[in-house]
Amino acid sequence: MRPAAVVGTGQTHHAAKRLDVSMAGLCREAIDRAMADAGVDWPDIDAVVLGKAPDLFEGVMMPELFLADALGAVGKPLLRVHTAGSVGGSTGNVAASLVQSGVHDRVLAVAFEKQSESNAMWALSVPTPFTMPVHAGAGGYFAPHVRAYIRRAGAPEHVGAMVAAKDRRNGSLNPYAHLKQPDITVESVRASTMLWDPIRYDETCPSSDGACAVVISAEPTSSRAAWIRATAMRTEPTTFAGRDQVNPQAGRDAARALWQQAGITDPLSEVDAAEIYVPFSWFEPMWLENLGFTDVGQGWKLTEAGETEIGGRLPVNPSGGVLSSNPIGASGLLRFAEAAMQVMGTAGDHQVDGARVALGHAYGGGSQFFAMWVVGSERP
Amino acid sequence: MTRPLSAPLDVGFDYTRSTGPTLGRFLSDLRRRKVTGIRGSDGRVHVPPLEYDPVTAERLSEFVDVAATGVVRGWSWIPEPLEGQPLDRPFAWALIQLDGSDTSLLHAVDAGTPDQMATGTRVRVRWRDERVGAITDIECFELSDGPAADPVEADDVTMVTTPVNLHYTHSASPTEDPFLRGLMDGRLIAQRCPACSKVYFPPRPACPTDGVPTTEQIELSDRGTITTFCVVNVPFLGQRIPPPYVSAYVLLDGADIPFLHLLLGVAPEDVRMGMRVEAVWKPREEWGPTMRNIDHFKPSGEPDASFDSYSQHL
Repeated sequence: MRPAAVVGTGQTHHAAKRLDVSMAGLCREAIDRAMADAGVDWPDIDAVVLGKAPDLFEGVMMPELFLADALGAVGKPLLRVHTAGSVGGSTGNVAASLVQSGVHDRVLAVAFEKQSESNAMWALSVPTPFTMPVHAGAGGYFAPHVRAYIRRAGAPEHVGAMVAAKDRRNGSLNPYAHLKQPDITVESVRASTMLWDPIRYDETCPSSDGACAVVISAEPTSSRAAWIRATAMRTEPTTFAGRDQVNPQAGRDAARALWQQAGITDPLSEVDAAEIYVPFSWFEPMWLENLGFTDVGQGWKLTEAGETEIGGRLPVNPSGGVLSSNPIGASGLLRFAEAAMQVMGTAGDHQVDGARVALGHAYGGGSQFFAMWVVGSERP
Repeated sequence: MTRPLSAPLDVGFDYTRSTGPTLGRFLSDLRRRKVTGIRGSDGRVHVPPLEYDPVTAERLSEFVDVAATGVVRGWSWIPEPLEGQPLDRPFAWALIQLDGSDTSLLHAVDAGTPDQMATGTRVRVRWRDERVGAITDIECFELSDGPAADPVEADDVTMVTTPVNLHYTHSASPTEDPFLRGLMDGRLIAQRCPACSKVYFPPRPACPTDGVPTTEQIELSDRGTITTFCVVNVPFLGQRIPPPYVSAYVLLDGADIPFLHLLLGVAPEDVRMGMRVEAVWKPREEWGPTMRNIDHFKPSGEPDASFDSYSQHL
C-alpha cells in the first residue's frame, strides 16, 4: 500500500436552510474550496467518491446520478458510499483506498446533506406495521443508551452539559459552523429544555444544510499535506442479544485496528487533536472509551477535567463538531477534513498548537457503522 | 404454509427544493410561459438548463431563450396512465427538441392515439392556466406546427415543493408471522437460538450472532424489567403518541433481548432502570396482529431488579 495524503479541504458555510443554493451548488461550494486549497483543477482529478445519508432525507433516489455534472465526474469513475450517519467518514476511507491501492493518483471525496429539503426526524420514524410506534428519531434512539452509559460509568450529570458548552464555544471559533454560541455556559445548557430525557436541547446537534470535500493524492500538490497513517471501518448488526450499545464491539475493533496500523500504542499521549462524531453531548465520553483513549468508565473524567478543551491534553472537536454543524451525510467527512486541517496547520482560530497527529471519527446507524482515520504531518 | 400477514405502509412527504440560480431561472420563466436554456462550453444549448457544464464542469451562465415549439425525437406510448403522471388518459412520453435547443426534454404529448405519434412530429407547449414555477407548468405538449402562447409577466421562483408518496405492502416474515398470530390470542411467542440458546422476542428469521434459524418456540409471560428508557418530550411530524411519554426497553422474563414499548402509570421522573413492569392489554375485541395489543406497560409493584440481572442487555 503506497502513502496517500489529504492535500486540500473545503466546506460550506453550514446553516439550517441554505435556500440560496441547489444540492449541486451546495456540493460545489465545498468542492471549489477544496480544489483551490489543493491547487488542483478538474483534469487533475481521476475519480469522485460521493457520500450522503439515506435518500429519504431529501427524497431523491440516487442523487449521484443527477449530480454527476456538478461533481465533475463526467468521463470518470463515480462511486456512491452509503453507511448512514458514518457515511462521510466511509467516503474519506474509500477515496483514500483508491489512492493507497494505486488505482488512482488523485481522488475527490464529497459528502453532503440538505436537511432543509425534508425532515430527518420524520424520515427516521416511519411507523412500520405491527410494531409499537414509540420511535422518536435519532434522539429517541440514542437517549436510552446515553442513560445506560451514565448509570454504568457513574458519571455526574453535568458532564454532558460541559461537552455541549465546550463544542458550541469551539464552534464560535469556526467561520463555517452553523451554531456559534461564544457565551454558552454549562448552566445555560442545563437550563435548556429536556427533549429526550436525559438529552437536552442544547446537548443536541442542529439540523444543517452543508457539504464537505477533500482531495486525496499520492503526491503533495503544495507544501502542506495530511498523510493518512491509518484507516479503519467496522460494522455490526443493529440489535442482537447481549449487544453492548454503549460501547459497541465494532467501534472497539475498528479503533484497535486503527491504532495498530498507525503504530500508536498510547493514543492519549500520541494524538494531538481528535474530531469525534458527537451528535449528542454524552457521546464524547462514550467514544473516548470506545476508542481506547481511556479505560471503560473513565471517559467522563477526561472531559470533566477540561482535558478535551483546546489547550487540554486531548482537544476533542476544536471545530465545534457535530454539535455545532450537522449536515448528516457530510458530518463524518467534516470530522476527517478537520483532522487533516489540524495537521496541515490550516484550522485558523480553532487550530491546536503544534498538532502533528489527529483522529477523524464517524459512526452511524444504531451505533453500528464505524469509520475512522489517523492523519499526520510527517510523510510515512 | 399460510401466506404471512401483510399490511399497507404509506410513506409520503412534501419535499421542498431550493432551486439555485439556474433551475430557478428556468422555472421562473416557465411561469412566464417562456422556455429558457443555457449554452455549454461546446456551444450546445441545454434544455432544461444545466448548472454545471457536462464537458468542463465549470459553472454555466449564458441563458438562451428557446421556442415553446419543437420536434419529437423519440417516444413511448402509455396506454394506461399511472397515479401522478401528467395526463389521466393515454398519452406519449416523448423526447422533445425545442426549436433553438440542442438537447431533448422529456415530457408528455397529448396525442390521443399512438398512430398520431411519429419521430419528427411537430409539437408545441400547452401551458397550464395556473402556473407556479414547476415543470408541470407545461401541462403537456400537443400536436401542432403553429406557435405557442405568448409570454406573460410573473414573479421569480426560488423554491418548489415536490410531494413524494410511496405505497408499500409490508409483509411479515415467515418467522414473524406466528409471533403476530400469537399476539391475536394474547400470547407472547419467542424463539430460542439452537446454537447460543439466546431467546429472541420478537423472533427473527435467523439468530444475528450465529446465523442459524431459530426454530424452538417459547411462550413468555407479560412481565419484565425496564433496562433503560427515555422520556420523549419533543413533538414531531408523524408522531403517533402525544408527548411527553416514556419510551422504555422492556426485557421480558426469559428473553435475552429487550424491545421498545410505552410505559404509563408512573410519573416520568419516577421511572427507574430495573423497574419491574407488566403489560396492560387493550380490550380483547380490539386485538389484532400487532404489539399495539399491549396498550402500554405499567409498574408491577415488585421490587426493582438488580443491575446485574440486566446489565448485559444495555
